[in-house]
Amino acid sequence: MFTTISHMFLWVRDQQEAKDFYVGKLGFEVGTDVTLEEYGGMRWLTVVAPGGLQIALSSVDLSVVHDPDGPAFLREMLAKGLGAGGILRVEDCRAAYDELRGRGVEFSEEPTEHFYGVDAAFRDPSGNQWRVTQPAPVPAGA
Amino acid sequence: MVHDPLERHLLRARDLIDTRYGDHLDVPTLAARAGVSPAHFARRFRATFGEAPHQYLLTRRLERAQFLLRETDRTVAEICLDVGLTSVGSFTTTFKRVVGMTPTAYRELARTPLPAIPMCVLREMTRPK
Repeated sequence: MFTTISHMFLWVRDQQEAKDFYVGKLGFEVGTDVTLEEYGGMRWLTVVAPGGLQIALSSVDLSVVHDPDGPAFLREMLAKGLGAGGILRVEDCRAAYDELRGRGVEFSEEPTEHFYGVDAAFRDPSGNQWRVTQPAPVPAGA
Repeated sequence: MVHDPLERHLLRARDLIDTRYGDHLDVPTLAARAGVSPAHFARRFRATFGEAPHQYLLTRRLERAQFLLRETDRTVAEICLDVGLTSVGSFTTTFKRVVGMTPTAYRELARTPLPAIPMCVLREMTRPK
């Protein structure tokens, strides 16, 4: 039936700011970036994460079509840290942390050893949180 | 250029509590992280997140204490210091008031190892209400 997840959706407070972050700082590729003037300037913007998943960076302003208070509500929820996010896998969490910080990524958690591996966390400008996880090695024979 | 709303600034202080709960965190430190005047910080934090910063810090510490009680062999006194509290007596009293049993009783009860749940999710799921 299903073959894969091709796209996931992420609310962002500003699409250009989000593009600068996901492409310029994280190094994701641009999938599609088109602005449809005939639909009131609606912008369809996706970035491609390593592995191929496309993330549609959706402007909170779009939510006005369902609720006049939607944009303000979503903006506030994102700013409070109630947005979405995910887990990015790396081979070396501390090296990734140093490199991303050097590019100006704002971390909310420094690399820390947990029983499941080493991980850190950062937030995008809107407030969506991503973890950067280096899984613990699987014990031999497991 | 997009400007951060007040909530986004306050989130930085909340993130600081979640990561530096073992340190002495006072209002001036947290207010500086959020870029908010110390005089207004506590009120604004409470209005945004629904609880006062010292209360949020306390529940974070108790949540970590619960984790350490179930996942490590460290003593109650060591865990008290690990989570940034200094008096074992008041730690035990507060733990009992919020969690409903003493640290030792909690340790006996919660023996099942936790699955690999990311820390930030575990934090939200297990923080005392």
